[in-house]
Amino acid sequence: MRRVVNDIRNNTLEFLRTFGAFQLFFLRILRYSPAVLFGRFDLVVKQVYNTGALSLVIIMICGLFVGAVLALQAYANMSKFNAEDWTGVAAAFALVKELGPVMTALLFAGRAGTALTSEIGLMKATDQLSAMEMMAVNPVRRVLVPRFLGGVIAMPFLAAVFSAIGMFGAHLVGVELFQVDVGSFWQQIQLTVEMSDVNEGILKSVVFGVAASLIAVWEGYNTVPTAEGVGRATTRTVVITAIAILVFDFMITAALI
Amino acid sequence: MRQTRSVEIGTGLFVLLGMTSLFFLTTQTTGGDDFRADSVYSVEARFENVGSLRERAPVTMSGVTIGRVTDVTFDPVALEAIVSFVIDAQYDQIPDDSDASILTSGILGSQYVGLQAGGSPMYLDDGSEIMFTQSAIVLENLIGKFLVNAGSEDEE
Repeated sequence: MRRVVNDIRNNTLEFLRTFGAFQLFFLRILRYSPAVLFGRFDLVVKQVYNTGALSLVIIMICGLFVGAVLALQAYANMSKFNAEDWTGVAAAFALVKELGPVMTALLFAGRAGTALTSEIGLMKATDQLSAMEMMAVNPVRRVLVPRFLGGVIAMPFLAAVFSAIGMFGAHLVGVELFQVDVGSFWQQIQLTVEMSDVNEGILKSVVFGVAASLIAVWEGYNTVPTAEGVGRATTRTVVITAIAILVFDFMITAALI
Repeated sequence: MRQTRSVEIGTGLFVLLGMTSLFFLTTQTTGGDDFRADSVYSVEARFENVGSLRERAPVTMSGVTIGRVTDVTFDPVALEAIVSFVIDAQYDQIPDDSDASILTSGILGSQYVGLQAGGSPMYLDDGSEIMFTQSAIVLENLIGKFLVNAGSEDEE
């Protein structure tokens, strides 16, 4: 009995410690961010390329199909009410406000987040981070911050590309396949979707970008420096990011409604 | 060197594509601001009931947007709603006895102000007030009236 109580106490303390350390880590990253952004912008550009430009293909393909399937579903249901013209509106709202940012963040965690974690984890396992410290190079500043900033910058653009390509997919299904009138398809969208809806999507993608990049960098930096540890850290990145993004998504939507 | 160059080109293309997408989303999927004018003049109108008319609703004449609602307030003395709106200054020959009504686009669409030309030789200008107004048709009231009428017919 006493052992159980002790276990619970230790686990709670350990959880609190990890959570606190995570916050301090975030502050540390933020502290170095301006210096890296203005001083070593070339490092950030390299990471925007790695996390953003290289994720484009998967983002575009997924965006096209998500948009297309949204239009399929919307058309199937709207046609029951003879409201086929609203196919585009349903797809546009779902893409711009929810699926664009959320799907992008989940794909980002799988494509870029895991790459970040395993890269940093391997650097740690092969003592590259310690070597930097020996040479008086701050690894947080030289390795972690550019990767974090690269992810934060890339995410809103990726989400925008996802939504835009998704609208194209919805257009293909709605207008080309189901012969919804092209004029009313786009006019309904323009009449219903407002600037604030687009802004909500952008806000979400920025928050998700910070969360996904931070978790990936944190997991990499705290990897147990073994082959198994790197594998575990990569898995944890995907799991924790997915949970964090869906929780944040709910909170932001609830706050803005 | 070559490698840095291709990274930079790739990043540039990526950011450009992202910005194009953002531009597409903000301009092509939203239609908030189809009214733009360099100079405007403001006009007021009093309504008994404005329904769900809000700021930024369009003001139209013959179906063309010529202005935008800037403010909807309530006059506590006259117990009426005051709707202020601006009209593009290039439309400066609207008779001052024109009437304003609050209309709905489609059966469940948003509400807007529709102007109907009068015959006066005087024109509306900055600060003038439209005398003839027609309130919004509130769907619930209509349904209510319809139900009451249907009920009384049954009794007869």
